[in-house]
Amino acid sequence: MTIVFERTRGLTDVETHYCPGCTHGIIHRLVGEAMVELGVLEKAIGVAPVGCSVFAYNYFNCDMHEAAHGRAPAVATGIKRVHPDKFVFTYQGDGDLASIGMAEIVHAAHRGERISTIFVNNAIYGMTGGQMAPTTLVGQKATTAPGGRSEEHCGRPIRISEMLATIHGAKFVERVAVNTPANIRKAKKAIIECFKVQLEGKGFGIVEVLSTCPTNWGMTAPEAMKWLEDNMIPYYPLGNLKRPEEAE
Amino acid sequence: MAKVLMKGNEAIGAAAIQAGCRYFFGYPITPQSELPEYMARELPKVGGVFLQAESEIAAINMVYGAAGAGARVMTSSSSPGISLKQEGISYLAGAELPCLIVNIMRGGPGLGSIQPSQTDYFQATRGGGNGDYRLVVYAPANIQEMVDLIIEGFDVADQYRNPVMILGDGMIGQMMEPVEFKTPKKRELPEKDWATTGTGGKRKPNIINSLYIAPEDLEAHNIRLQAKYQKIREKEVKVESYKIEDADVVISAYGTTSRIAKTAIAKLEKEGYKVGLIRPITLWPYPYDEFKKINPNCKGILTVEMNAGQMVDDVKIAVEGKFPVHFYGRMGGMVPTPEAIIEKVKKICGGEI
Repeated sequence: MTIVFERTRGLTDVETHYCPGCTHGIIHRLVGEAMVELGVLEKAIGVAPVGCSVFAYNYFNCDMHEAAHGRAPAVATGIKRVHPDKFVFTYQGDGDLASIGMAEIVHAAHRGERISTIFVNNAIYGMTGGQMAPTTLVGQKATTAPGGRSEEHCGRPIRISEMLATIHGAKFVERVAVNTPANIRKAKKAIIECFKVQLEGKGFGIVEVLSTCPTNWGMTAPEAMKWLEDNMIPYYPLGNLKRPEEAE
Repeated sequence: MAKVLMKGNEAIGAAAIQAGCRYFFGYPITPQSELPEYMARELPKVGGVFLQAESEIAAINMVYGAAGAGARVMTSSSSPGISLKQEGISYLAGAELPCLIVNIMRGGPGLGSIQPSQTDYFQATRGGGNGDYRLVVYAPANIQEMVDLIIEGFDVADQYRNPVMILGDGMIGQMMEPVEFKTPKKRELPEKDWATTGTGGKRKPNIINSLYIAPEDLEAHNIRLQAKYQKIREKEVKVESYKIEDADVVISAYGTTSRIAKTAIAKLEKEGYKVGLIRPITLWPYPYDEFKKINPNCKGILTVEMNAGQMVDDVKIAVEGKFPVHFYGRMGGMVPTPEAIIEKVKKICGGEI
């Protein structure tokens, strides 16, 4: 019998707390698989955020820190400066990275910190129950934007990848989505490439992953996938924004 | 090693390096900037890393990362910057990570001033961040003592897996005194087998964390923490006292203020007054028991601080209503004079207050 698919040992063998239809599970698997395929799981130290993936420290099968809200890149900086030969990554959501942790991510990128960031953008605060995120689309409803996000009131959503791509120390920036099998394969490729940038000592790398939140979007899982494709991808175009060779 | 003349802020850095600290994450603020400057110059020479963070918040979270990764690490700041670090300090205490935090206090509230002050006593000894936690807080009165406490403080942090704070003021940071770097009494330090160093495929993952979502788990964690704090209370109190058994008045003061109190006491003794001193060296754990040794016929305790009266609360707790507790303080960066303290003591002796 040939095994065609099995659970990656990059993840622990526990049930996650994620809602049905949430794409965090897919993204966790891709990160776990990437660490195993690159042979870095045993020297990996990850940093979990505050938000839906706050318990990520229980799911990744490597040493982990749980950071304060938004501070994962600073925590990862402290770890990496102590262990420059280890593989250090952060896993952060949009409230964590793009709102309260904006300073930490920008400066980690600016320093060219040899860390890798997985940035999960689902355009909403999930853990706290559906409040507006800095990445919530104009018109998109949230519990703190009951009439939908108003551009006049709180501006347009932030495009993190485009912004970080302008920073010299950021050597790999790519936006992917996990709404179709083809996109999931592309996402994994990007994650592996991003991790290699750290392993080769080239600088900071980030993969922004467009993700769904069926629970707080008030949709079924298939509806959420469709909504991501119809609404998020047009505003957050997929593709690579920077590779080390282009950074010079 | 021979004595060398050093500025307080630089002596802190030299002591930390002597203690094996190899990582410093900080952000500039007066009156402590000579310390990060010293570390930027000296740490690379011993294979260490100095990193200027984008903010105090980032700096303390870098400390959280480095401490969790098993390193001897420190940060420093002054009052408003220490306020910003409180989030990280609470996480460090919750995750039980050893590190050294230096606060060279200045006047407040808000941006306040850059002059010496002791206004962060409450913040240092009562928390400041969220949750039931304690820092070991040292209040050195001179640069030699500060150097000794820093070297020992790193060991205390490692022994108890707890953040340690050095609480100084702008005066001790800026003054110069001769110091000698001594090796402290050896402590049995536990292995850092909890640190995140990569599993190496040889052990289960280590997790640095302060989140316990189930209330029974969080309560159990807090009970563990409180038991640790109790052990620190029993083992780590440091205090200096002077002639309290037959004193008519006892002054209580800490840090640089205690030196002014000593000048006042010397002058009062020449005039025939019997004045004692209790100088807490650890502000937490507080030397409550020392106050039990005071002459039962003592007319009162005078607490002297460079604030509106903060440690005076602990003095009142310590004397349990047995003696009247008086307070004299200056605020905003103003420094008490020996003459003002002498006047207060005489009034207490004369029954005027």
